[in-house]
Amino acid sequence: MLAYIKKNILLSAVCTLCLSLVAWPALANDLDLFRGQHGVIKISGGTAHIPVMKEAAKQVMSAYPDIQITIAGGGSGVGIKQVGEKMVQIGNSGRKATAQEIQQYGLVLFKWAIDGVGVVVHPGNPVHALTSAQVQAIYAGKITNWKDLGGVDRAINLYTRDEASGTREVFWKKALNNGEIAAGANVVVSNGAMKTAIANDPYAIGYVSVGHIDTSVRPVSLDGVVPTNATVKDGSYPVARGLYSITAGEPRGAVKAFINFLFSPSGQQIAAAKGFIPVR
Amino acid sequence: MAMLSRTLERLFFLAAIGSALLTAAVFLLLCQLAKPLFQHGGLGTLLCSPWNPGHGQYGIYPMIVGSLSIAFLSVLISFPFSLGCAFFITHFGPLALRRKLLNLVRFMTSIPTVVYGFVALFLLVPFMREFLTGGSGMNILTASVVLAILIAPTMIIFFVDSLQRVPLSYRQAVDALGGSPAQQLLYVVLPMAWPGILNGLLLGLGRAMGDTLISLMLAGNAVAVPTALTQAARTLTAHIALVMAADFASMEFQSIFACGIFLYLFTALLIVALRLVGRLSPRGL
Repeated sequence: MLAYIKKNILLSAVCTLCLSLVAWPALANDLDLFRGQHGVIKISGGTAHIPVMKEAAKQVMSAYPDIQITIAGGGSGVGIKQVGEKMVQIGNSGRKATAQEIQQYGLVLFKWAIDGVGVVVHPGNPVHALTSAQVQAIYAGKITNWKDLGGVDRAINLYTRDEASGTREVFWKKALNNGEIAAGANVVVSNGAMKTAIANDPYAIGYVSVGHIDTSVRPVSLDGVVPTNATVKDGSYPVARGLYSITAGEPRGAVKAFINFLFSPSGQQIAAAKGFIPVR
Repeated sequence: MAMLSRTLERLFFLAAIGSALLTAAVFLLLCQLAKPLFQHGGLGTLLCSPWNPGHGQYGIYPMIVGSLSIAFLSVLISFPFSLGCAFFITHFGPLALRRKLLNLVRFMTSIPTVVYGFVALFLLVPFMREFLTGGSGMNILTASVVLAILIAPTMIIFFVDSLQRVPLSYRQAVDALGGSPAQQLLYVVLPMAWPGILNGLLLGLGRAMGDTLISLMLAGNAVAVPTALTQAARTLTAHIALVMAADFASMEFQSIFACGIFLYLFTALLIVALRLVGRLSPRGL
């Protein structure tokens, strides 16, 4: 929790800082959604959403300083719970809220982008291609040495995500086919933490949201398909999910404007620029 | 005047009762919230079974083993160093250095935990991975070493306090009899100060047990029951932090109340032990 609170403070600071920077060339009429609006929009939840939220918040706050937007992480579960309990106005989630959650809190779901989840290794790792069967065997703890996959003679260090992670859920469902994840796997708490862990561990294997993949980690092709925006978009890379922003009840005022902004050409353009696939 | 003092007395009494009730209420609330878990299989199974949500098992046994091994190992590492440091500050060190060292130790208490964790992540973890433990480098040993540094100041300050409280006249008597500083320490100071030292030790253990961030960042958080110090493990506190974000109605989420109950009881036992130690030796300081 502490780490999460720290992240919250940090992100708020980052957002404030961003105010002073030159904004993205947003289409002016999209920002008109916020005309006459004011107040605070608190956002928390899925860590995959954060780059988009930050950029959107930066554009909105530079055009309409009366609107304050704070962004926190925490994971999909936190987003759903906090928006349900009205601690935030928008909860982000990388998974569909369960029927029970939707009913209990009266949640409304907005899916504004699609995101793939790709297997990643250290950039120095010679293993660049795996089959689904191999990934499943690695995560089940049946293949334990890189040597068996054409790599060095070192034990494979497994990394997975915490129980509340939407990234973990889609990876488990679609890449591991609901299979076992070895109990000895290291558990990290965010997409960012996963990237840091993999980038620092030459014998690691993990998975991150495709939008997070950069030069610090190396994506591994799954059954011959490299996880990229293009392959997720055309459907050839199957491990993908929707990115949701959730409100408790129908959104109103500035919150409604923010959701509409995510679906506007400018919002969708931000999502694409941050490595996700826009829905419109 | 008497009226005022009586009102004040009553106010303080109420405050004392209030905080005592609050502590009890927290425990009862924990039990109430963990009730679905007890119905699922009883406290015994919960404390002894593995964590495997996919198969309907929500036992916290691996986390109990993880918490206890990391806490005890860190105290084991920290205790000799802390005691040695306390001896140096109170008896053996050059006078000019003693004061500076104690100030440094006091300063160490104010370094945020996350700084230790962050530095260790980039220095200690790769070292462990390449040279000592293999694996990912995040394991019980790594977390314990860093935790040992974290709890050392608490223990040192406590030890120094109890060593210094031995009356000067006793120590002067040893000097007068021609005893060496080492003899003074072994035969007079230590026998008198040991309840205080034990107190410091238990306090350090409590701090190690309650720490969340170090184990979350450095212990690997694996849910398997660790069988070696070089394996990754998850502590009860890290488990709470990791599962906190899960769906509120899920069994995963409710397991954190069982963790809370265990931590609560463990701390309570430690406090009882502290009190008993305090009574053990009437000569104690």
